[in-house]
Amino acid sequence: MSKSALAPQLSRRHFLKASVAVGGGLVVNLALGSGFSAAAADFAPNAFIRIDRKGLVTLVMPQVEMGQGIYTAQAMLLAEELEVALDDVKLEHAPVDESLYGHPMLGRQMTGGSTSIRAFWSPLRMAGATARALLIQAAAQEWNVDPASCRAEDGFVLDESGTRALAYGELVDVAASLPAPAPETLILKSPENFRLLGTPAKRLDTPGKVNGALKYGIDAFPDGTKIAAIAISPVLGGKPKSVNEQSALAVNGVRQVVLTDDAVAVVADHTGAAKKGLEAASIEWDDGPNAQVSSTDIVRHLEQESQNPGAIARSEGDVTTALAGAAQRIDAVYQLPFLSHAAMEPMNCTVHVREDACELWVGTQNLSAAKLAAATVTGLEPEKIIINNHIVGGGFGRRLEVDGISHAVKVAMQVDGPVKVIWSREEDIQHGYYRPYYYDRMSGGIDEEGNPVAWMHRVSGSSIFARIAPPVMQNGVDPDGVEGAAHPPYKLPAIQVEFNQVEPQGVLTSWWRGVGPSHNVFVVESFIDELAAAAKADPVDYRKRLLSENPRALRVLELAAEKAEWGKPLPARQGRGVAVQFAFGSYLAIVADATVEADGAVRVTRIVTAVDCGLTVNPDTIAAQMEGGALYGLTAVLYGAITLKDGRVEQSNFDNYLPLRIDEAPHVETHIVPTAEPPGGIGEAATSAVFPAVTNAIFSATGKRVRTLPVNPEDLRET
Amino acid sequence: MAFSLQINGRAYTVDVDGDTPLLWVLRDVLGMTGTKFGCGQGLCGACTVHVDGVATRSCVTPIESAAESQVTTIEALHTVAHGKALQDAWVELEVPQCGYCQSGQLMSAAALLKETPRPTDDDIDNAMWGNVCRCGTYQRIRAAIKRASA
Repeated sequence: MSKSALAPQLSRRHFLKASVAVGGGLVVNLALGSGFSAAAADFAPNAFIRIDRKGLVTLVMPQVEMGQGIYTAQAMLLAEELEVALDDVKLEHAPVDESLYGHPMLGRQMTGGSTSIRAFWSPLRMAGATARALLIQAAAQEWNVDPASCRAEDGFVLDESGTRALAYGELVDVAASLPAPAPETLILKSPENFRLLGTPAKRLDTPGKVNGALKYGIDAFPDGTKIAAIAISPVLGGKPKSVNEQSALAVNGVRQVVLTDDAVAVVADHTGAAKKGLEAASIEWDDGPNAQVSSTDIVRHLEQESQNPGAIARSEGDVTTALAGAAQRIDAVYQLPFLSHAAMEPMNCTVHVREDACELWVGTQNLSAAKLAAATVTGLEPEKIIINNHIVGGGFGRRLEVDGISHAVKVAMQVDGPVKVIWSREEDIQHGYYRPYYYDRMSGGIDEEGNPVAWMHRVSGSSIFARIAPPVMQNGVDPDGVEGAAHPPYKLPAIQVEFNQVEPQGVLTSWWRGVGPSHNVFVVESFIDELAAAAKADPVDYRKRLLSENPRALRVLELAAEKAEWGKPLPARQGRGVAVQFAFGSYLAIVADATVEADGAVRVTRIVTAVDCGLTVNPDTIAAQMEGGALYGLTAVLYGAITLKDGRVEQSNFDNYLPLRIDEAPHVETHIVPTAEPPGGIGEAATSAVFPAVTNAIFSATGKRVRTLPVNPEDLRET
Repeated sequence: MAFSLQINGRAYTVDVDGDTPLLWVLRDVLGMTGTKFGCGQGLCGACTVHVDGVATRSCVTPIESAAESQVTTIEALHTVAHGKALQDAWVELEVPQCGYCQSGQLMSAAALLKETPRPTDDDIDNAMWGNVCRCGTYQRIRAAIKRASA
């Protein structure tokens, strides 16, 4: 279909669809035409479910899939109550519509914070149950029987005896004419009757990921798409000073050079020409006010500011007095670097700005902000922004920010027809919204028995909420900045936690997988280890002592310790470290085994996780998130650091912002504690908990405490 | 200038500069988007294709050097030795998370099994070292290669 034939209204339905074909093959296609035109005749009891006369069930996914398995998990929630097999459903991305698809916890239409299951656990089951009730009612009407005597099963409604059956497709017309049942009349299935939830269902997006068929945002090619390679000012706030447009235009395939306020884009027939043209453009930059920024200065500034008291996040008991009266006092400073997300799919966005509309093809975690960004740049009304969302090739928080969309729309405003703006890996790493640099001061006191009597934690660093949602700040405290710090799982008689907002000059900061806990759990779990060492206690025993009133935390700790054979002796230079965490609504304990070579190189050989995340949706996805989350965190522990000099980020690609590779990847074991508690989040849990498990293992192996990340092998050399 | 190419058993002619990376010819000129762009420097393996059966980083392979060769991409993986077995193992063991690197992982794995039908862990490390996965699917990749080779 040519683009001119796509009226905006119709384009809104132009989502990528992943449909399961016979034999489980995933067919990726565009949901143009029939799906939309047939919609009027479909049974669509709510925004998440559509059933056509042939019985085809389409489920609309409110949350974006970026590897965490949410498409399958949310489809399971719907299919469980709707009583359909997962093999028989087709998935669609939700369009931008906060009123229909807004996140019940976050309000806006976004995916983040390991909240998708927690937020949609009830609403999606209710949506499925609503549809089921209507289909049952329609069948009961047909048979002239009491709906209560009928039941739904595998896409059919059966009567009491099970002799009569009507397929959902046969019931859509009647069901669509019935009034929706009142929510309070709906009966959700009880966990003992679950047939899908809690089982390791096959992911619905896997088949298209092994044959190249699945389309990510970067794979969108609306008719006539040109490619733009972009160079953004290497210094935040800088702008292009001189551009050799003639040289760029002389490159075969280059069509246009576009300047925006802080970037230069070369538009061409293909990326090869665009990149070559960008190089030929020999851009010189006016660096602006941040030309002298360096991470050394940023850290020095943080160090100074961290000496001032912060806003009080929590204060219980008299920490000052307790510290003064402690048998032993321990003080420590912990530092965590800026981190890039470095998702495998580099930043990209395809945009077609038309006179009366702006259409985007992108993978974003944040549809609400994406729409607003495009409306702001174009000056169009928000309802004129059409977003075709895609499965994301790795988010990790980076796709919560929409700077890539703003840059692309600015370029597209000057281009006739659709243009795909692709960032090089170097642009991607050097123009991040980085995980903030944190500088944390800890003071602890223990009594004669080694028990903690005082706990003082002062966080200093950038506040993301202060930038994006100031009302969330509470008397100067960023709740994310102290998440995982304000309420450690342990019994601590006197505790004070402070937050000191210190913004770095010339650096943008944002969410990174694990958010607040990925910083604070490292500090808290390292420091509790320090107290255990000061008390000359075994790290697991010490934690157990302090978890006597926290049975779920105690349970995961005991399970992880048992599975990891805690206490079994290890050779010299090998160590075992533990961490316990309550975050994202889930309890997690990790035990890591590490070997530290004579030259200081650290090799993590095994990671054992024990998790209590309440009722499970897809246990195999939980295991996958334990495995992947742990490796994402481990990569940062060993290698992750973004540094700046002369206003410029010093890292650029995978040769100096190192990813963990297969030969370094430890085996990750997952042990799930069966519970009937409400579900917790799981996408980020292992990322945050693995940091201290690894550094505590290094301490166990070497006696050296890692307080500044990433690990510096020089400090761990055998002496 | 014009180059004749053999891709997945079909002949194509493209008119681009000779130094244009094969990756962009596949993706932007020919519309075969299964091969992914990850780093542009041969550092991550997302763009891996087979050139005359050898795992090759298409982002650093000038089209002029591939013009006389047989190129195989993820779209035709099922036609090469072990290709289908690998795809099946990837599905059975639920290897992909975001999935973006998996085209390259699979192409490297197929090249490995072609040379070494029963790879050891060291063989797998050596063959797959250049393929980065930021989602951390390595242990499932290792298990799936072993399953496909069994």
